[in-house]
Amino acid sequence: MLKALNKTGLVFFPAFDWAISATHPEREERLLYTQDQVLEEGLFDIEGIHEFKSEVVDIKDVQRVHFSYPDVWQVMTESHFISAGGAKTIAKAVMEKSINNGFALVRPPGHHAMRVVHGGRGFCNVNNEAIMIEYLRHAFGIDRVAVVDTDCHHGDGTQDIYWHDPDTLYISMHQDGRTMYPGSGFPQELGGPNAAGTTLNIPLPPYTGEEGFLYAINEVVLPVIDEFKPELVINSAGQDNHFTDPLTNMLFTAKGYADLTRLLKPDIVVLEGGYSIEGALPYVNIGIILALAGIDYSHVIEPGYDPDKLKQTDSITQTVKQTCDTVKANWAQREAIGQRMRGSQEYAERRRNIFYDTDGIYETQRETLRLCPECSGALKIDSTSDRGAHLLAIHIPRKACNNCWDLGRQWFEAAKPADYDMICLQDRIDDTYQIKQK
Amino acid sequence: MIIGLDVGGTHTDVVLLGENGLEKQVKVPTDTSALFQTVLTGLEKITENVPADEITHAVLSTTLTTNAIVQGKLSPAGMLVSSGPGIHPEAFRTGEHYFVIPGGIDHSGREIEKLDTDQVRAAADQLERAGIQHVGVVGKFSARNPMHERQIAEILGDRFERIFLGHQISGNFGFPRRVNTTFLNASIYPVHRNFFEAVSHSLEKKGIQVPIHILKADGGTMGFESSIAFPGQSILSGPAASVMGSVAFAPDYTETLVLDIGGTSTDMAVLIKGVPLLAPYGVDINNYKTLIRALKTQSIGLGGDSCVRVVDGELKIGPDRTGKAMGYGGSDPTPTDALLVLERSVGGDRDRSLKGIEPIAALLGISVEEAAFEIFDKTCRKILAGARQMIESINSKPVYTVKEALEGYQVNPDHILVLGGPAAYFAEHFENISSYTVDTVPECQVANAIGTALSRTTCEITLFVDTQKGLATAPEESFSQTVDLHFSRIDAHRMAADLLKQKAVKLGAKTQDIETELLEDLEFNIVRGFRMMGKNLRVKQQIKPGLIHDFKAISKKIADSCIQ
Repeated sequence: MLKALNKTGLVFFPAFDWAISATHPEREERLLYTQDQVLEEGLFDIEGIHEFKSEVVDIKDVQRVHFSYPDVWQVMTESHFISAGGAKTIAKAVMEKSINNGFALVRPPGHHAMRVVHGGRGFCNVNNEAIMIEYLRHAFGIDRVAVVDTDCHHGDGTQDIYWHDPDTLYISMHQDGRTMYPGSGFPQELGGPNAAGTTLNIPLPPYTGEEGFLYAINEVVLPVIDEFKPELVINSAGQDNHFTDPLTNMLFTAKGYADLTRLLKPDIVVLEGGYSIEGALPYVNIGIILALAGIDYSHVIEPGYDPDKLKQTDSITQTVKQTCDTVKANWAQREAIGQRMRGSQEYAERRRNIFYDTDGIYETQRETLRLCPECSGALKIDSTSDRGAHLLAIHIPRKACNNCWDLGRQWFEAAKPADYDMICLQDRIDDTYQIKQK
Repeated sequence: MIIGLDVGGTHTDVVLLGENGLEKQVKVPTDTSALFQTVLTGLEKITENVPADEITHAVLSTTLTTNAIVQGKLSPAGMLVSSGPGIHPEAFRTGEHYFVIPGGIDHSGREIEKLDTDQVRAAADQLERAGIQHVGVVGKFSARNPMHERQIAEILGDRFERIFLGHQISGNFGFPRRVNTTFLNASIYPVHRNFFEAVSHSLEKKGIQVPIHILKADGGTMGFESSIAFPGQSILSGPAASVMGSVAFAPDYTETLVLDIGGTSTDMAVLIKGVPLLAPYGVDINNYKTLIRALKTQSIGLGGDSCVRVVDGELKIGPDRTGKAMGYGGSDPTPTDALLVLERSVGGDRDRSLKGIEPIAALLGISVEEAAFEIFDKTCRKILAGARQMIESINSKPVYTVKEALEGYQVNPDHILVLGGPAAYFAEHFENISSYTVDTVPECQVANAIGTALSRTTCEITLFVDTQKGLATAPEESFSQTVDLHFSRIDAHRMAADLLKQKAVKLGAKTQDIETELLEDLEFNIVRGFRMMGKNLRVKQQIKPGLIHDFKAISKKIADSCIQ
């Protein structure tokens, strides 16, 4: 009888009654065929594979990560609470050791959701992984975490949330931003001055195949993780690198995803994008689950699989190699890069424009970070949207030093309600979230 | 009048129900080595001096096929299995005669790899040479499109006595379970067929020609003759018999916990407003996970005859049983002995029970009466703890839609129905130590046979509609019909209800007993290239387990006669 080598947990939440719109790729049907495949394969019957009921995250879990405008209820639907709850459920089971690893097969996805949320971006409103990670840090005292994002789109939301956090290693491999939404994720994006090098981006050229993906995993991702020594490895498992995906241009396969999972050995996998709902998702998901459980997946071969046709060209192989070399070099020099970025300043400023494509909102941010020698620094974001919202978001990091803690609270005290629609303080030392309003 | 017969581990109960309620009951010892004979004797005794024309039908719950599986006495069956991508079908091998045939159907019912017909022929030759008579054929996703199963059946032709096709056995997904279920059907076919023939002949000889039904694990019945094609449906009907026996006496406005306290174990089930809860997927038997519909029941190894001992100064009850209680000639003290000592039950030899409990009392350093009470109390508490565990596990079952997840429906019974030998003695104490209201099932010594007699025919149907392809299909029923783009969810409900009614009548249901219920109702847009191309509808309907139309009058009579 079939038996899993690892105890693997699954939360399956296809949200069969939730869609962005009737014909939107992020719609009810998205995980239907995956569900059919999972049920037909009898995965939940395999000894060692356990299905969990998804819990719902609460508002505190969300406020530990996001500044939501005008409030959490306005930016999240019920489905978002459950989807993030699915990731949380798996994470808890891993921490409580009732499973060795687990997969939250949930929708809607989350990796384009940034720290400040005015609406939906890239089909995402809140960041499932970040909500889960910050919950784990709060409830289980976890410190160092690595997130490996294998969605075809750059996970700019997760990158944004962990940009200044040296304890979270964020590595994204994705289709080159010059050819793909959201247009970011280049090797020179390495994280903020207090966390240089713990953000790594590996853009892959269109038509990268199994060889290129596994090369990046073996050459960059695994050695960097080895050196970083995280307590947990999270995989944001987008499945849109598949050769049948309608929104992207890659040549990755179900077997490739399974191989990648076997190599990466993630503790927690969270589903992100992937819109080839009939040709890819059923097979990729099965491949990932079997790989997590340590069951033979060699028979998971999707229709249309042809290794010759799906082989990447030599020039792609070259490009991938060069990119990986650059990323490795940056990683090796991260200390020096950080020092150069910090220079002798006391504060670092950053101005950005953020577009919420799903909801059509433009946001302008001015970010101020204290360049603290002792912690990752108090952070202040002045955010305005073209809908007229003006928000001041103050973040005191989890391991803030006393100076940064004081500074964050001073910023909050000093800000005048008359100048903003909302002033928020996310105090991770106290685990509180305060709001001042006119 | 209706005959209900339930084969139990030690004896077989047979009842005759009519307008006066329980008209007659007999008990015959169960001879596991000659179950046919046990059943025939039971039927003979119950029909003695009863005019043949007054009997309307008979329902049998037997352990014949169950025993064959549990004891590994399966007749050899061949399996031909085809599968597309996924876990390799070799992982689900059922035995020696198992052939994996290349060919694949995908989740949407499309052929993605042609069936290798040469290999089908080669496998058939080998099976024939091995003298195999019964063959199961299973394809992955055959519940969506049975094309490959049918092709294989066609090639096998009439070279074998009987061929079982996976898609006809269940419309539900679950390839490994479909493989197991089909294999079991093929393997127990001969024993079930022989049984059918023996019972039919015997009744015929007595001039009784009434419809005979068998009880299924889901608490419903099906015509004996129809069951020849689905012998697997006859397994594990025992737990269902007692649950159905309690249904007549369960309130229809609340949730009820049914506790059937036997000698070795206590079987538990949940009734929601008088309707038993079904298990997801299907029954597990002897390491075979199947697609055979069943009531959600759980058994804990704790009953009236469980062994009682003291381990490290602590009282331990069960899960083993060495035989009868000491008060009834057994060798080890049991909860039944505790009841005898406490004089809550009579009939056994209290002195012998006292002898059994004495050493336990000594070890615990308390009086014999105190020890007896401890044993009884702990037994009751452990049973309730087991029930709570089952309810928790039911409530932890995942749900797949936002609505269900937020509604968070939780099973939360507030009433207990107890049946089984010592039911009456337990009921009062359950009420004392919990917040449940507690009742016992009248005539609970034969409640299982009464439940068997009163159960209605159940069945289930799965309908898939793809308005883009313009097709409505129910592969399990060999049904396929073209539909237009405007075919709606309501149309699908109607079509499924019609199919369900036809199926039920074919299986032996009376029209007044057909009460349909939606089990699944999903509607999806089919989008290709950001354009809506049609709808994908999935409707599952069932006739839920319940009692036949006339049951109320009969059960009321039974309850009334008990009070007198």
